[in-house]
Amino acid sequence: MKTSFKAAALILFGLGLASFTHSDSPYPKNDEAIKLPDGFKAQVVAENLGSARHITITPQGNIYIKLSKLKDGKGIVMLQDKNNDGKVENQKTFGNYIGTGIYAKDNYLYASSDNDVYRYKLNDQGEVIDMNQPEKIVSGLINRRQHESKSIVLDNSGNVYVNIGAYSNACQEKDRTKGSKGMTPCPILDSAGGIWQFSASKLNQTYANGTRYATGLRNVVGLDWNTSLNKLFVMQHGRDQLFQLYPELYDAKQSAELPAETMYAVNKGDNCGWPYIYYDQLQKKKILAPEYGGDGKKTGGDDVIDPTVAFPGHMAPNGLLFYTGSMFPERYKNGAFIAFHGSWNRAPEKQKGYFVAFVPFKDGKPSGEWETFADNFAGMEEIQSPGQAKHRPCGLAQGPDGSLFVTDDVKGSIYKITYKAK
Amino acid sequence: MKKFIIAVVVLVLSYAGAFAQKASKQSIEKGKLVYEQYCLTCHQVDGSGVPNLNPPLIKTTFVAGDKKKLISIVLKGLNDVEVNGETYSNPMPPFDFMSDEEIADVLTYVRNSFTNKGSAVTAAEVKASR
Repeated sequence: MKTSFKAAALILFGLGLASFTHSDSPYPKNDEAIKLPDGFKAQVVAENLGSARHITITPQGNIYIKLSKLKDGKGIVMLQDKNNDGKVENQKTFGNYIGTGIYAKDNYLYASSDNDVYRYKLNDQGEVIDMNQPEKIVSGLINRRQHESKSIVLDNSGNVYVNIGAYSNACQEKDRTKGSKGMTPCPILDSAGGIWQFSASKLNQTYANGTRYATGLRNVVGLDWNTSLNKLFVMQHGRDQLFQLYPELYDAKQSAELPAETMYAVNKGDNCGWPYIYYDQLQKKKILAPEYGGDGKKTGGDDVIDPTVAFPGHMAPNGLLFYTGSMFPERYKNGAFIAFHGSWNRAPEKQKGYFVAFVPFKDGKPSGEWETFADNFAGMEEIQSPGQAKHRPCGLAQGPDGSLFVTDDVKGSIYKITYKAK
Repeated sequence: MKKFIIAVVVLVLSYAGAFAQKASKQSIEKGKLVYEQYCLTCHQVDGSGVPNLNPPLIKTTFVAGDKKKLISIVLKGLNDVEVNGETYSNPMPPFDFMSDEEIADVLTYVRNSFTNKGSAVTAAEVKASR
Protein backbone atom coordinates (compact mmCIF):
# COMPACT_ATOMS: atom_id res chain seq x y z
CA MET A 1 0.00 0.00 0.00
CA LYS A 2 2.70 2.38 1.09
CA THR A 3 4.84 1.50 -1.93
CA SER A 4 2.02 1.92 -4.39
CA PHE A 5 1.20 5.31 -2.84
CA LYS A 6 4.83 6.37 -3.19
CA ALA A 7 4.89 5.16 -6.76
CA ALA A 8 1.72 7.10 -7.53
CA ALA A 9 3.19 10.19 -5.93
CA LEU A 10 6.36 9.80 -7.99
CA ILE A 11 4.37 9.44 -11.19
CA LEU A 12 2.31 12.51 -10.33
CA PHE A 13 5.49 14.42 -9.47
CA GLY A 14 7.02 13.32 -12.75
CA LEU A 15 3.98 14.51 -14.67
CA GLY A 16 4.15 17.83 -12.83
CA LEU A 17 7.76 18.30 -13.83
CA ALA A 18 7.03 17.32 -17.40
CA SER A 19 4.33 19.95 -17.72
CA PHE A 20 6.87 22.62 -16.88
CA THR A 21 9.75 21.36 -18.95
CA HIS A 22 7.70 20.29 -21.95
CA SER A 23 7.18 22.96 -24.59
CA ASP A 24 3.44 22.65 -23.97
CA SER A 25 3.38 25.23 -21.15
CA PRO A 26 0.19 25.69 -19.07
CA TYR A 27 0.23 29.43 -19.90
CA PRO A 28 -1.59 31.44 -20.94
CA LYS A 29 -4.55 30.15 -18.99
CA ASN A 30 -7.93 31.83 -18.85
CA ASP A 31 -8.84 33.36 -15.51
CA GLU A 32 -12.63 33.34 -15.23
CA ALA A 33 -12.45 34.73 -11.68
CA ILE A 34 -11.52 38.22 -12.91
CA LYS A 35 -14.72 40.15 -13.61
CA LEU A 36 -14.60 42.32 -16.73
CA PRO A 37 -17.03 44.20 -18.99
CA ASP A 38 -18.56 42.25 -21.89
CA GLY A 39 -16.14 41.22 -24.60
CA PHE A 40 -13.04 41.36 -22.38
CA LYS A 41 -11.04 38.31 -21.30
CA ALA A 42 -8.32 37.88 -18.67
CA GLN A 43 -5.51 35.39 -19.05
CA VAL A 44 -2.65 34.60 -16.70
CA VAL A 45 0.56 34.61 -18.75
CA ALA A 46 2.87 33.84 -15.80
CA GLU A 47 2.59 33.31 -12.05
CA ASN A 48 4.70 32.85 -8.94
CA LEU A 49 7.18 35.48 -10.16
CA GLY A 50 7.46 37.04 -6.68
CA SER A 51 6.43 40.54 -5.58
CA ALA A 52 5.74 41.87 -9.08
CA ARG A 53 5.43 45.67 -8.90
CA HIS A 54 5.64 47.82 -12.03
CA ILE A 55 5.76 46.45 -15.57
CA THR A 56 6.82 47.82 -18.96
CA ILE A 57 6.65 46.30 -22.43
CA THR A 58 8.86 47.11 -25.43
CA PRO A 59 7.38 47.42 -28.95
CA GLN A 60 8.91 43.98 -29.70
CA GLY A 61 6.85 42.33 -26.94
CA ASN A 62 9.53 42.02 -24.25
CA ILE A 63 7.89 42.33 -20.85
CA TYR A 64 10.02 43.63 -17.97
CA ILE A 65 8.79 43.42 -14.37
CA LYS A 66 10.37 44.95 -11.25
CA LEU A 67 10.28 42.95 -8.02
CA SER A 68 10.19 44.54 -4.56
CA LYS A 69 11.76 41.44 -3.02
CA LEU A 70 14.60 39.46 -4.53
CA LYS A 71 13.58 36.13 -6.01
CA ASP A 72 16.50 33.72 -6.28
CA GLY A 73 18.75 36.75 -5.83
CA LYS A 74 17.26 38.74 -8.74
CA GLY A 75 15.02 41.81 -8.86
CA ILE A 76 13.93 42.08 -12.53
CA VAL A 77 12.08 39.49 -14.62
CA MET A 78 11.96 39.51 -18.44
CA LEU A 79 9.24 37.57 -20.25
CA GLN A 80 9.45 37.33 -24.02
CA ASP A 81 6.32 36.99 -26.14
CA LYS A 82 7.27 38.09 -29.63
CA ASN A 83 4.02 37.17 -31.41
CA ASN A 84 1.66 38.49 -28.66
CA ASP A 85 -0.09 35.13 -28.27
CA GLY A 86 0.22 35.26 -24.48
CA LYS A 87 2.68 32.36 -24.48
CA VAL A 88 6.04 33.25 -22.99
CA GLU A 89 8.83 31.74 -25.10
CA ASN A 90 11.70 32.88 -22.97
CA GLN A 91 12.10 33.97 -19.33
CA LYS A 92 15.16 35.59 -17.75
CA THR A 93 15.94 37.26 -14.43
CA PHE A 94 18.61 39.84 -13.65
CA GLY A 95 19.42 42.86 -11.43
CA ASN A 96 20.46 42.27 -7.81
CA TYR A 97 18.36 45.06 -6.25
CA ILE A 98 14.76 45.39 -5.06
CA GLY A 99 12.44 48.20 -6.16
CA THR A 100 9.20 49.20 -7.87
CA GLY A 101 9.95 51.45 -10.87
CA ILE A 102 10.56 50.15 -14.40
CA TYR A 103 10.03 51.87 -17.76
CA ALA A 104 11.23 51.19 -21.30
CA LYS A 105 11.80 54.10 -23.68
CA ASP A 106 13.86 54.66 -26.84
CA ASN A 107 16.22 51.68 -26.64
CA TYR A 108 16.81 51.91 -22.91
CA LEU A 109 15.25 50.09 -19.99
CA TYR A 110 15.07 52.23 -16.83
CA ALA A 111 14.68 50.61 -13.40
CA SER A 112 14.81 51.92 -9.85
CA SER A 113 15.84 50.61 -6.48
CA ASP A 114 14.47 52.41 -3.42
CA ASN A 115 17.50 54.76 -3.58
CA ASP A 116 18.76 54.89 -7.18
CA VAL A 117 17.74 54.90 -10.83
CA TYR A 118 19.57 52.72 -13.39
CA ARG A 119 19.35 52.18 -17.12
CA TYR A 120 20.20 49.29 -19.43
CA LYS A 121 20.86 49.64 -23.16
CA LEU A 122 18.49 47.58 -25.32
CA ASN A 123 19.37 46.02 -28.66
CA ASP A 124 17.14 46.40 -31.74
CA GLN A 125 15.12 43.42 -30.49
CA GLY A 126 14.32 45.25 -27.25
CA GLU A 127 16.57 42.92 -25.23
CA VAL A 128 18.93 44.11 -22.50
CA ILE A 129 22.49 43.92 -23.88
CA ASP A 130 24.36 43.70 -20.58
CA MET A 131 22.23 42.52 -17.67
CA ASN A 132 25.08 42.84 -15.18
CA GLN A 133 26.31 46.35 -15.95
CA PRO A 134 23.53 48.94 -15.73
CA GLU A 135 24.43 52.63 -15.84
CA LYS A 136 23.57 54.48 -12.66
CA ILE A 137 21.85 57.71 -13.66
CA VAL A 138 20.57 58.91 -10.24
CA SER A 139 21.71 57.94 -6.76
CA GLY A 140 21.30 58.92 -3.10
CA LEU A 141 17.54 59.48 -3.07
CA ILE A 142 16.05 59.52 0.38
CA ASN A 143 14.79 56.18 1.71
CA ARG A 144 13.53 56.05 5.27
CA ARG A 145 11.48 52.90 4.79
CA GLN A 146 8.05 54.54 4.80
CA HIS A 147 6.85 55.30 1.22
CA GLU A 148 10.24 54.18 -0.02
CA SER A 149 9.43 53.05 -3.56
CA LYS A 150 10.75 55.22 -6.40
CA SER A 151 8.29 54.98 -9.28
CA ILE A 152 9.57 56.31 -12.60
CA VAL A 153 8.29 57.48 -15.98
CA LEU A 154 9.88 59.30 -18.94
CA ASP A 155 8.58 62.15 -21.10
CA ASN A 156 9.35 62.66 -24.81
CA SER A 157 12.10 65.20 -24.12
CA GLY A 158 14.74 63.08 -22.43
CA ASN A 159 13.65 63.51 -18.81
CA VAL A 160 12.91 60.91 -16.17
CA TYR A 161 10.40 61.70 -13.39
CA VAL A 162 10.97 60.02 -10.04
CA ASN A 163 8.54 59.87 -7.14
CA ILE A 164 10.20 60.48 -3.78
CA GLY A 165 7.57 59.66 -1.17
CA ALA A 166 7.32 61.47 2.17
CA TYR A 167 8.71 59.37 5.02
CA SER A 168 5.74 60.37 7.14
CA ASN A 169 1.95 60.21 7.32
CA ALA A 170 1.10 63.87 7.95
CA CYS A 171 4.42 65.60 8.78
CA GLN A 172 3.71 65.55 12.52
CA GLU A 173 6.60 66.28 14.91
CA LYS A 174 6.18 62.66 15.96
CA ASP A 175 4.90 60.54 13.08
CA ARG A 176 1.49 58.91 13.54
CA THR A 177 1.39 60.00 17.19
CA LYS A 178 -1.86 61.24 18.71
CA GLY A 179 -1.59 64.86 19.83
CA SER A 180 1.61 65.64 17.90
CA LYS A 181 1.43 68.85 15.84
CA GLY A 182 2.23 69.31 12.17
CA MET A 183 5.61 70.93 11.43
CA THR A 184 5.60 74.35 9.71
CA PRO A 185 7.12 74.49 7.20
CA CYS A 186 7.21 70.75 6.69
CA PRO A 187 10.97 69.99 6.41
CA ILE A 188 10.34 66.73 4.56
CA LEU A 189 9.33 68.65 1.41
CA ASP A 190 12.94 69.73 0.74
CA SER A 191 13.97 66.22 -0.25
CA ALA A 192 10.76 64.16 -0.51
CA GLY A 193 6.98 64.41 -0.80
CA GLY A 194 7.09 65.22 -4.52
CA ILE A 195 8.18 64.32 -8.03
CA TRP A 196 11.75 65.06 -9.07
CA GLN A 197 12.89 65.51 -12.68
CA PHE A 198 16.31 64.30 -13.86
CA SER A 199 18.00 63.89 -17.22
CA ALA A 200 17.39 60.39 -18.56
CA SER A 201 20.83 60.24 -20.16
CA LYS A 202 23.28 61.83 -17.69
CA LEU A 203 25.12 59.46 -15.38
CA ASN A 204 25.69 59.81 -11.63
CA GLN A 205 23.16 62.54 -10.90
CA THR A 206 22.16 63.42 -7.34
CA TYR A 207 19.55 65.78 -5.85
CA ALA A 208 21.77 68.72 -6.93
CA ASN A 209 21.26 67.82 -10.61
CA GLY A 210 17.51 67.34 -10.33
CA THR A 211 14.52 69.66 -10.20
CA ARG A 212 11.65 69.37 -7.76
CA TYR A 213 9.02 69.18 -10.51
CA ALA A 214 5.94 68.95 -8.25
CA THR A 215 5.60 69.12 -4.47
CA GLY A 216 3.01 68.44 -1.78
CA LEU A 217 2.53 64.81 -2.83
CA ARG A 218 2.58 62.47 0.16
CA ASN A 219 3.31 59.35 -1.85
CA VAL A 220 2.86 58.52 -5.52
CA VAL A 221 3.21 54.98 -6.79
CA GLY A 222 1.17 55.10 -10.03
CA LEU A 223 2.25 57.73 -12.55
CA ASP A 224 2.24 58.08 -16.34
CA TRP A 225 3.26 60.51 -19.02
CA ASN A 226 0.21 61.36 -21.12
CA THR A 227 1.68 61.61 -24.61
CA SER A 228 -1.39 63.14 -26.26
CA LEU A 229 -1.44 65.99 -23.69
CA ASN A 230 2.34 65.98 -23.18
CA LYS A 231 1.77 66.10 -19.44
CA LEU A 232 2.62 64.17 -16.29
CA PHE A 233 -0.24 62.55 -14.36
CA VAL A 234 0.19 61.09 -10.88
CA MET A 235 -1.93 59.18 -8.37
CA GLN A 236 -1.46 60.22 -4.74
CA HIS A 237 -1.93 57.94 -1.75
CA GLY A 238 -3.84 60.13 0.71
CA ARG A 239 -3.02 60.39 4.41
CA ASP A 240 -4.04 57.76 6.96
CA GLN A 241 -5.71 57.66 10.37
CA LEU A 242 -7.96 60.74 10.66
CA PHE A 243 -10.14 58.94 13.25
CA GLN A 244 -7.28 57.32 15.15
CA LEU A 245 -5.44 60.64 15.53
CA TYR A 246 -8.51 62.93 15.83
CA PRO A 247 -11.45 60.94 17.25
CA GLU A 248 -13.07 64.21 18.37
CA LEU A 249 -13.28 65.41 14.72
CA TYR A 250 -13.82 62.24 12.67
CA ASP A 251 -15.65 58.97 13.22
CA ALA A 252 -14.46 55.60 11.90
CA LYS A 253 -16.77 55.78 8.85
CA GLN A 254 -15.53 59.24 7.80
CA SER A 255 -11.97 58.10 8.35
CA ALA A 256 -12.54 55.12 6.04
CA GLU A 257 -13.84 57.35 3.22
CA LEU A 258 -11.52 60.35 3.70
CA PRO A 259 -9.39 61.77 2.34
CA ALA A 260 -9.73 61.11 -1.40
CA GLU A 261 -7.14 59.17 -3.35
CA THR A 262 -6.38 61.79 -5.98
CA MET A 263 -5.26 61.98 -9.59
CA TYR A 264 -3.40 65.16 -10.54
CA ALA A 265 -2.29 66.53 -13.89
CA VAL A 266 0.90 68.28 -12.85
CA ASN A 267 2.84 71.05 -14.49
CA LYS A 268 6.31 72.10 -13.43
CA GLY A 269 6.19 73.89 -10.07
CA ASP A 270 2.74 72.65 -9.04
CA ASN A 271 1.87 72.12 -5.38
CA CYS A 272 -0.63 69.40 -4.48
CA GLY A 273 -0.94 70.45 -0.85
CA TRP A 274 0.37 67.69 1.44
CA PRO A 275 0.69 67.88 4.44
CA TYR A 276 -1.23 71.13 4.99
CA ILE A 277 -4.46 70.19 3.22
CA TYR A 278 -6.23 67.10 1.95
CA TYR A 279 -8.97 66.72 -0.66
CA ASP A 280 -12.46 65.81 0.61
CA GLN A 281 -14.31 64.14 -2.27
CA LEU A 282 -17.67 64.37 -0.46
CA GLN A 283 -17.54 68.13 0.19
CA LYS A 284 -15.49 68.56 -3.03
CA LYS A 285 -13.12 70.89 -1.19
CA LYS A 286 -9.51 71.23 -0.12
CA ILE A 287 -9.70 70.85 3.67
CA LEU A 288 -7.14 72.11 6.17
CA ALA A 289 -5.42 69.12 7.81
CA PRO A 290 -6.18 68.68 11.53
CA GLU A 291 -2.44 68.75 12.28
CA TYR A 292 -2.51 72.35 10.97
CA GLY A 293 -5.60 73.62 12.78
CA GLY A 294 -8.27 72.02 10.60
CA ASP A 295 -11.59 70.77 11.93
CA GLY A 296 -12.82 68.77 8.94
CA LYS A 297 -14.63 71.84 7.50
CA LYS A 298 -12.13 74.72 7.28
CA THR A 299 -10.72 74.95 3.77
CA GLY A 300 -7.16 75.80 2.80
CA GLY A 301 -4.53 75.61 0.10
CA ASP A 302 -5.36 78.58 -2.18
CA ASP A 303 -2.10 77.95 -4.07
CA VAL A 304 -2.79 74.23 -4.36
CA ILE A 305 -4.02 72.64 -7.61
CA ASP A 306 -7.31 70.74 -7.71
CA PRO A 307 -7.33 67.03 -8.45
CA THR A 308 -8.36 65.77 -11.91
CA VAL A 309 -10.22 62.83 -10.35
CA ALA A 310 -11.01 62.05 -6.70
CA PHE A 311 -11.56 58.43 -5.60
CA PRO A 312 -12.72 57.02 -2.23
CA GLY A 313 -10.03 56.88 0.46
CA HIS A 314 -7.22 54.40 1.14
CA MET A 315 -7.67 52.22 -1.97
CA ALA A 316 -3.93 52.63 -2.73
CA PRO A 317 -3.54 53.53 -6.42
CA ASN A 318 -0.30 51.78 -7.41
CA GLY A 319 -0.52 51.82 -11.20
CA LEU A 320 -1.61 54.43 -13.78
CA LEU A 321 -1.80 53.98 -17.55
CA PHE A 322 -3.27 56.16 -20.28
CA TYR A 323 -4.57 53.82 -22.95
CA THR A 324 -3.37 54.58 -26.47
CA GLY A 325 -4.13 51.24 -28.12
CA SER A 326 -6.73 50.26 -30.70
CA MET A 327 -7.72 46.80 -29.42
CA PHE A 328 -10.24 48.10 -26.86
CA PRO A 329 -13.48 49.89 -27.89
CA GLU A 330 -13.23 53.56 -28.85
CA ARG A 331 -14.39 54.91 -25.46
CA TYR A 332 -11.25 53.53 -23.80
CA LYS A 333 -8.90 55.48 -26.07
CA ASN A 334 -6.90 58.13 -24.16
CA GLY A 335 -8.69 57.16 -20.93
CA ALA A 336 -6.93 56.25 -17.70
CA PHE A 337 -6.63 52.82 -16.11
CA ILE A 338 -5.74 52.79 -12.42
CA ALA A 339 -4.60 49.70 -10.49
CA PHE A 340 -5.80 49.91 -6.90
CA HIS A 341 -3.67 47.75 -4.63
CA GLY A 342 -6.44 47.73 -2.01
CA SER A 343 -6.95 49.32 1.38
CA TRP A 344 -6.00 48.52 4.97
CA ASN A 345 -6.74 51.88 6.57
CA ARG A 346 -10.52 51.49 6.17
CA ALA A 347 -10.68 48.97 9.06
CA PRO A 348 -12.96 48.35 10.97
CA GLU A 349 -15.10 49.19 7.92
CA LYS A 350 -14.74 46.64 5.12
CA GLN A 351 -11.77 47.06 2.81
CA LYS A 352 -11.96 48.53 -0.70
CA GLY A 353 -9.92 48.52 -3.89
CA TYR A 354 -8.17 45.37 -5.15
CA PHE A 355 -9.41 46.22 -8.66
CA VAL A 356 -8.47 48.09 -11.82
CA ALA A 357 -10.58 51.21 -12.42
CA PHE A 358 -11.15 53.20 -15.59
CA VAL A 359 -11.78 56.91 -16.17
CA PRO A 360 -12.90 57.96 -19.68
CA PHE A 361 -11.16 61.11 -21.03
CA LYS A 362 -12.18 63.49 -23.79
CA ASP A 363 -10.31 66.62 -24.86
CA GLY A 364 -7.79 66.09 -22.08
CA LYS A 365 -10.36 65.96 -19.29
CA PRO A 366 -12.40 63.21 -17.62
CA SER A 367 -15.64 62.77 -19.61
CA GLY A 368 -17.45 60.63 -17.04
CA GLU A 369 -17.34 59.12 -13.58
CA TRP A 370 -14.72 56.52 -12.69
CA GLU A 371 -15.83 52.91 -13.00
CA THR A 372 -14.57 49.49 -11.93
CA PHE A 373 -12.99 47.80 -14.96
CA ALA A 374 -11.38 44.57 -13.72
CA ASP A 375 -12.47 43.20 -10.35
CA ASN A 376 -12.11 40.23 -7.97
CA PHE A 377 -8.31 39.96 -7.91
CA ALA A 378 -8.66 39.29 -4.17
CA GLY A 379 -10.79 36.23 -4.92
CA MET A 380 -13.49 37.10 -2.40
CA GLU A 381 -16.46 39.44 -2.06
CA GLU A 382 -15.70 41.00 1.32
CA ILE A 383 -12.13 41.57 2.33
CA GLN A 384 -11.59 42.02 6.07
CA SER A 385 -7.83 42.45 6.02
CA PRO A 386 -5.32 42.76 3.16
CA GLY A 387 -3.55 39.54 4.13
CA GLN A 388 -6.61 37.61 2.95
CA ALA A 389 -6.41 38.88 -0.63
CA LYS A 390 -5.19 36.20 -3.04
CA HIS A 391 -3.90 38.80 -5.49
CA ARG A 392 -3.40 42.57 -5.36
CA PRO A 393 -3.15 44.64 -8.58
CA CYS A 394 -0.05 46.84 -8.70
CA GLY A 395 1.44 47.68 -12.10
CA LEU A 396 -0.06 48.35 -15.54
CA ALA A 397 1.37 48.24 -19.05
CA GLN A 398 0.05 48.20 -22.60
CA GLY A 399 1.09 45.39 -24.93
CA PRO A 400 2.12 46.09 -28.55
CA ASP A 401 -1.27 44.70 -29.68
CA GLY A 402 -3.21 47.06 -27.37
CA SER A 403 -3.84 44.49 -24.63
CA LEU A 404 -3.63 45.58 -20.99
CA PHE A 405 -1.20 43.88 -18.59
CA VAL A 406 -1.72 43.88 -14.81
CA THR A 407 0.77 42.66 -12.22
CA ASP A 408 0.00 41.16 -8.80
CA ASP A 409 2.56 41.53 -6.01
CA VAL A 410 1.14 38.84 -3.70
CA LYS A 411 1.84 35.78 -5.83
CA GLY A 412 3.45 37.37 -8.84
CA SER A 413 0.72 36.64 -11.36
CA ILE A 414 0.83 38.56 -14.64
CA TYR A 415 -2.58 39.11 -16.24
CA LYS A 416 -3.19 39.95 -19.88
CA ILE A 417 -6.58 41.52 -20.65
CA THR A 418 -7.76 41.42 -24.25
CA TYR A 419 -10.92 42.47 -26.07
CA LYS A 420 -12.79 40.83 -28.91
CA ALA A 421 -16.00 42.30 -30.30
CA LYS A 422 -18.92 39.86 -30.16
CA MET B 1 -6.79 2.25 38.19
CA LYS B 2 -4.42 3.86 35.70
CA LYS B 3 -7.39 5.17 33.73
CA PHE B 4 -8.91 6.55 36.91
CA ILE B 5 -5.74 8.48 37.77
CA ILE B 6 -5.57 9.94 34.28
CA ALA B 7 -9.21 10.97 34.50
CA VAL B 8 -8.60 12.73 37.82
CA VAL B 9 -5.52 14.50 36.48
CA VAL B 10 -7.44 15.63 33.40
CA LEU B 11 -10.28 16.88 35.56
CA VAL B 12 -7.97 18.80 37.88
CA LEU B 13 -6.04 20.31 34.96
CA SER B 14 -9.16 21.38 33.12
CA TYR B 15 -10.57 22.89 36.31
CA ALA B 16 -7.33 24.82 36.89
CA GLY B 17 -7.35 25.92 33.25
CA ALA B 18 -10.93 27.11 33.49
CA PHE B 19 -10.10 29.00 36.65
CA ALA B 20 -7.10 30.79 35.09
CA GLN B 21 -9.17 31.68 32.01
CA LYS B 22 -11.98 33.00 34.15
CA ALA B 23 -9.57 35.17 36.10
CA SER B 24 -8.52 37.08 32.96
CA LYS B 25 -11.78 37.00 31.04
CA GLN B 26 -12.69 40.49 32.19
CA SER B 27 -9.26 41.77 31.24
CA ILE B 28 -9.57 40.20 27.79
CA GLU B 29 -12.95 41.83 27.24
CA LYS B 30 -11.68 45.25 28.26
CA GLY B 31 -8.55 44.69 26.21
CA LYS B 32 -10.64 44.03 23.11
CA LEU B 33 -12.17 47.50 23.38
CA VAL B 34 -8.72 49.06 23.74
CA TYR B 35 -7.54 47.04 20.71
CA GLU B 36 -10.45 48.30 18.61
CA GLN B 37 -9.72 51.90 19.53
CA TYR B 38 -5.95 52.03 19.15
CA CYS B 39 -4.59 48.93 17.41
CA LEU B 40 -7.10 47.48 14.97
CA THR B 41 -6.58 49.80 11.99
CA CYS B 42 -2.92 48.86 11.65
CA HIS B 43 -2.89 45.30 13.00
CA GLN B 44 -6.35 44.49 11.55
CA VAL B 45 -9.39 42.74 12.97
CA ASP B 46 -7.76 39.31 12.74
CA GLY B 47 -4.33 40.39 14.00
CA SER B 48 -2.81 39.61 10.60
CA GLY B 49 -1.35 43.11 10.12
CA VAL B 50 -0.74 44.53 6.63
CA PRO B 51 1.82 42.85 4.36
CA ASN B 52 5.00 44.96 4.05
CA LEU B 53 3.56 47.79 6.21
CA ASN B 54 2.34 46.71 9.65
CA PRO B 55 3.53 43.49 11.32
CA PRO B 56 1.20 40.63 12.29
CA LEU B 57 0.45 39.74 15.91
CA ILE B 58 0.11 36.06 15.07
CA LYS B 59 2.77 33.36 15.47
CA THR B 60 5.48 35.75 16.59
CA THR B 61 7.71 35.77 19.66
CA PHE B 62 7.15 39.55 19.85
CA VAL B 63 3.67 38.72 21.17
CA ALA B 64 4.05 35.20 22.56
CA GLY B 65 7.50 35.69 24.14
CA ASP B 66 9.01 37.96 26.81
CA LYS B 67 6.29 40.16 28.33
CA LYS B 68 8.78 42.89 29.28
CA LYS B 69 9.80 43.35 25.64
CA LEU B 70 6.19 43.43 24.53
CA ILE B 71 5.26 46.05 27.15
CA SER B 72 8.26 48.13 26.09
CA ILE B 73 7.12 48.12 22.43
CA VAL B 74 3.74 49.57 23.45
CA LEU B 75 5.35 52.19 25.70
CA LYS B 76 8.14 53.25 23.32
CA GLY B 77 6.91 52.33 19.85
CA LEU B 78 8.90 50.40 17.25
CA ASN B 79 10.78 51.08 14.01
CA ASP B 80 12.47 48.87 11.42
CA VAL B 81 10.98 45.63 12.61
CA GLU B 82 11.62 42.24 11.03
CA VAL B 83 9.15 39.48 11.88
CA ASN B 84 9.70 35.94 10.62
CA GLY B 85 11.94 37.20 7.81
CA GLU B 86 9.54 39.87 6.54
CA THR B 87 10.09 43.61 6.97
CA TYR B 88 7.46 46.25 7.75
CA SER B 89 7.89 49.90 6.86
CA ASN B 90 5.33 51.83 8.92
CA PRO B 91 6.60 53.05 12.29
CA MET B 92 4.60 52.28 15.43
CA PRO B 93 4.23 55.36 17.68
CA PRO B 94 4.59 55.14 21.47
CA PHE B 95 1.33 54.50 23.33
CA ASP B 96 2.66 55.70 26.69
CA PHE B 97 -0.43 57.89 27.16
CA MET B 98 -2.48 54.77 27.89
CA SER B 99 -2.97 53.73 31.53
CA ASP B 100 -1.16 50.74 33.05
CA GLU B 101 -4.45 48.90 33.18
CA GLU B 102 -5.34 49.64 29.52
CA ILE B 103 -1.95 48.37 28.35
CA ALA B 104 -2.22 45.28 30.56
CA ASP B 105 -5.71 44.56 29.25
CA VAL B 106 -4.88 45.03 25.57
CA LEU B 107 -1.77 42.87 25.81
CA THR B 108 -3.67 40.17 27.69
CA TYR B 109 -6.26 40.32 24.90
CA VAL B 110 -3.66 40.11 22.13
CA ARG B 111 -1.81 37.27 23.88
CA ASN B 112 -5.10 35.34 24.01
CA SER B 113 -6.56 36.12 20.59
CA PHE B 114 -5.88 35.28 16.92
CA THR B 115 -4.81 31.72 17.98
CA ASN B 116 -2.31 33.13 20.53
CA LYS B 117 -2.31 31.52 23.99
CA GLY B 118 -0.24 33.32 26.59
CA SER B 119 -0.31 34.31 30.22
CA ALA B 120 -1.96 37.55 31.31
CA VAL B 121 -0.09 40.86 31.54
CA THR B 122 -0.73 42.76 34.78
CA ALA B 123 -0.91 46.50 35.42
CA ALA B 124 1.91 46.07 37.95
CA GLU B 125 4.14 44.63 35.21
CA VAL B 126 3.38 47.63 32.98
CA LYS B 127 4.05 50.06 35.82
CA ALA B 128 7.40 48.42 36.53
CA SER B 129 8.40 48.89 32.87
CA ARG B 130 7.70 52.63 32.71
